[in-house]
Amino acid sequence: SVSHSQITRLYSRFTSLDKRENGTLSREDFQRIPELAINPLGDRIINAFFPEGEDQVNFRGFMRTLAHFRPIEDNEKSKDQNGPEPLNSRSNKLHFAFQLYDLDKDEKISRDELLQVLRMMVGVNISDEQLGSIADRTIQEADQDGDNAISFAEFVKVLEKVDVEQKMSIRFLH
Amino acid sequence: ELGWLAARLGAAWLSLVFALIVLPSALGVSLGISEAYMWVLVKTLEWATIRIEKGVKKPQPEVLKTPAANGIIERDETPMEKEVTGLHRMEFQFSDIFYFCRKGFEAIVEDEVTQRFSSEELVSWNLLTRTNVNFHYISLRLTVVWVIGVIVRYCLLLPLRFTLAAIGITSMIVGTTLVGQLPNSSVKNYLSEVVHLTCSRILVRALSGTIHYHNKENKPQKGGICVANHTSPIDAIILTNDGCYAMVGQVHGGLMGVIQRATVKACPHVWFERSEIKDRHLVTKRLREHVADKSKLPILIFPEGTCINNTSVMMFKKGSFEIGGTIYPVAIKYDPQFGDAFWNSSKYNIVSYLLRIMTSWAIVCNVWYMPPMVRKEGEDAVQFANRVRSAIAHQGGLTELPWDGGLKRAKVKDSFKEEQQKNYSKMLVRNGSIG
Repeated sequence: SVSHSQITRLYSRFTSLDKRENGTLSREDFQRIPELAINPLGDRIINAFFPEGEDQVNFRGFMRTLAHFRPIEDNEKSKDQNGPEPLNSRSNKLHFAFQLYDLDKDEKISRDELLQVLRMMVGVNISDEQLGSIADRTIQEADQDGDNAISFAEFVKVLEKVDVEQKMSIRFLH
Repeated sequence: ELGWLAARLGAAWLSLVFALIVLPSALGVSLGISEAYMWVLVKTLEWATIRIEKGVKKPQPEVLKTPAANGIIERDETPMEKEVTGLHRMEFQFSDIFYFCRKGFEAIVEDEVTQRFSSEELVSWNLLTRTNVNFHYISLRLTVVWVIGVIVRYCLLLPLRFTLAAIGITSMIVGTTLVGQLPNSSVKNYLSEVVHLTCSRILVRALSGTIHYHNKENKPQKGGICVANHTSPIDAIILTNDGCYAMVGQVHGGLMGVIQRATVKACPHVWFERSEIKDRHLVTKRLREHVADKSKLPILIFPEGTCINNTSVMMFKKGSFEIGGTIYPVAIKYDPQFGDAFWNSSKYNIVSYLLRIMTSWAIVCNVWYMPPMVRKEGEDAVQFANRVRSAIAHQGGLTELPWDGGLKRAKVKDSFKEEQQKNYSKMLVRNGSIG
């Protein structure tokens, strides 16, 4: 589980981002981080912190979202077999990534949604036609039930050989 | 009866201050009082550190020891190309998103830029409430020492420092106005230097400043440009304590304006009106004229353009490096244990800032004068600026950041995001084939 010092540090970070000092963060507070503002998927990432229809996130919500990125080996220490699946399990990490693509949250990645996310990542450097081909090929390879969209199960299958734990984890130094 | 007593005390107080501090400043000697104070302070802080370490080891097994300078999280510096493409495939994968996602979250937990706009965290508490972030109640003795510290700082040091600052500023205004009446001559220049140096020395003592100057043989010469990293408005006083410079800056109103108008009569400081400073060509032209006159004092410029927290050096604006002439780089590094010199202008106004400085223990810093640098053949202003910046960062033990200090207030330019998008696109359509 998260150590006391890590919580203290994250709370310190939360308050330093909270410019209006009212205990919550808005989207603007995140946008103020230059390295995040220049990230092509910055807006999608920021969005992940805000539940449906909300514009503010408190510290609890902040920690909840960050919890997805805890390394999986942390779970071996708690060994709580009967509890709910931890947020940083492989499956939940994959679901988090899935939701970055699934813009309308209908548990399917449509061609259109994939195109929009691709467009965010490439900017103006690739034409619509080329991008369309990329999207078509990607969906074709992953789509198993022929509905021209990617469900979470299909998403998991495509990424079964990827080291999700390593790529979607952040390690604390202390 | 009481009024008469107060007057006598006041007079005695002022004469003590003059004899022990102002007069030695004028003559450039030291009576050793500050050194004694610093010695007591260092011993006290060492004692406090030991007590805190002892105290912390008992209740909790975890000890918050390593300074935040090392970072809270492990940053993965794998470049985009290596992480996203792997060995053979150069086509889009669903997993490509992981790279951007993780980079985003790393930045949310800890980013290189915003931390520079707030004060550096201390390794060990220095008995000031303002720096007490993670330290808990340890023992009665420590608390007693802390209370004594508060009394000493607010009831003894603050009035003393305030008096000195008042004397220093008044002397500066009066002195430079008087010298300004003289016709231009070498006598006038000499007197102007004396006035500026004396007043700087008084002001440094008003901050209980202990400054170590290194490599004095590299001190900036006339007709040169002195360039330094910026942490606080007092940077200028730190430097003028040891030499005379022509200041460059915008005209202000209020007390600052009065000082500016007085000092420019004695010495050719370069003050710009607010409207003028927006015209870059005008600014460069005026500075170029000043630098071309080899009899004029070196100009002092802070190319970061804003105060940074003294843990890193941010982007140097190229304007100062287009003027020509010889650049004399200077690195200034404050020791945060004795007092935080950084001015967080979004959090504190100048008056609160000065109050905080005057109720700190002391201002301790190191100043390194570095060998002069000139622009090389084929080097443009930006490259030259970066070269000077590297040298200063290296000397002062600060990290280098390519980011603009202006990000304290302004949004980052879209061109950086566009660059990332471009790099990623290149990987998708490498060799003309579409993956």
